[in-house]
Amino acid sequence: MALSDLLKFGGKRPGEPAPADARADAPVPKGPEPVIPSKALSKFIGALSNREAPVLIDFGPVIGTNVAFFGERLGCKLFIEDLATEVDRHTRARTREKLADTLAGRFTQADGTVDGVLCWDIFDFLDPPAAKRLAREIVRVLRPGGAVMGFFCTKAVDRSPFTKYEIIEESSSLRHRHHPGTGGPKFVLQNRDIIKMFEGLFVSESFLLKSNTREILLRKRA
Amino acid sequence: MWKRDDAVKPTPPGGTPGGSPSNIQTNQNVNPAPAAEPVRSSDSLRGLEKGPVNIGKSVVIKGELTGSEDLTIEGHVEGKIELRQNILTIGPNGRIKAQVFAKSVIILGEVTGNVTASEKVDLRDNGSVDGDIAAPRVAIAEGAHFRGSIDMQRAGGAKPEAKGAAAAAPAAASASQPAAQQASQPAAAGQR
Repeated sequence: MALSDLLKFGGKRPGEPAPADARADAPVPKGPEPVIPSKALSKFIGALSNREAPVLIDFGPVIGTNVAFFGERLGCKLFIEDLATEVDRHTRARTREKLADTLAGRFTQADGTVDGVLCWDIFDFLDPPAAKRLAREIVRVLRPGGAVMGFFCTKAVDRSPFTKYEIIEESSSLRHRHHPGTGGPKFVLQNRDIIKMFEGLFVSESFLLKSNTREILLRKRA
Repeated sequence: MWKRDDAVKPTPPGGTPGGSPSNIQTNQNVNPAPAAEPVRSSDSLRGLEKGPVNIGKSVVIKGELTGSEDLTIEGHVEGKIELRQNILTIGPNGRIKAQVFAKSVIILGEVTGNVTASEKVDLRDNGSVDGDIAAPRVAIAEGAHFRGSIDMQRAGGAKPEAKGAAAAAPAAASASQPAAQQASQPAAAGQR
């Protein structure tokens, strides 16, 4: 490339695609945010509803309506962990390899004190070491009879924006809403990997949605 | 023709009567409640006495802040804030590292610490809380940041509805608002 080209095009040849910066916000798909029925959600809520003052951990970003639903309607004590922000922070700082250690030390709950865990799709964004550490923490804090709900993709994606899930319509549908941040690659976990990762829990319900997402409800034996 | 009231000095823009608080920095306890009763003849200043107290942007308070009137904080406070019978507003410039106790708390700035309200905590757009919230009602707007726990029972307010609501329970606002309306008014969701 000649010096004149550098001056003219700022170091880039015309038509050359700009390198994707993993630290920039992920591009958000255009169009309305879809509302997608969830089969596992009502089962998850059913598992919580027969508990007295259930304790719930939500790994997603905070959403006012979800807080009102779980806090006021179901009487849950909520822990909002917002792991998307944690993934975002490590991605921007280029320290994704430290994410597993961060997750391991993050949960302060005592063993067997949590009734429900809403993982949403956070496992899709975690590399295998981080996913294993997080799963181990979930198994540790979950009370016997407790439930874990997670969404798992069936196809790897190079880069996907974060999604947050807003409960609507009779607690059976979720609005998939875009959440700002770097997003990241999505990893596929096979069913056997999930079962192995959550050793100590069993798969209570598993649904394959039309969107090719698996909704899985795991329980700890009472 | 025009009568001049020498007892009242003109207030500089953005300042408060009786001197600007912009350079106050203290590590002593500050109690805004028992303010001295100044003799004021102006009607406009009489109005100010009834308005909420404002802690300005450049004010830094370290220690315990207690009072019995509504308060708006735009500055920095570290320590403890207690307004058990009143409304505390943390403005967009407010930076709080403190345990907060109030009747209602409205947050537009940043709070690091636990927030306890006997009535309501309202976390507005761009507001941020890193800590635990205990209040019978909690409203969180779109764009707010929160990390910590939320306990709507411990604060001594109204008990949540019966558990039986779970099966038939729509999302908090869906019974009263159509879904499309919720999407357009996320900040209002969760408020009763």
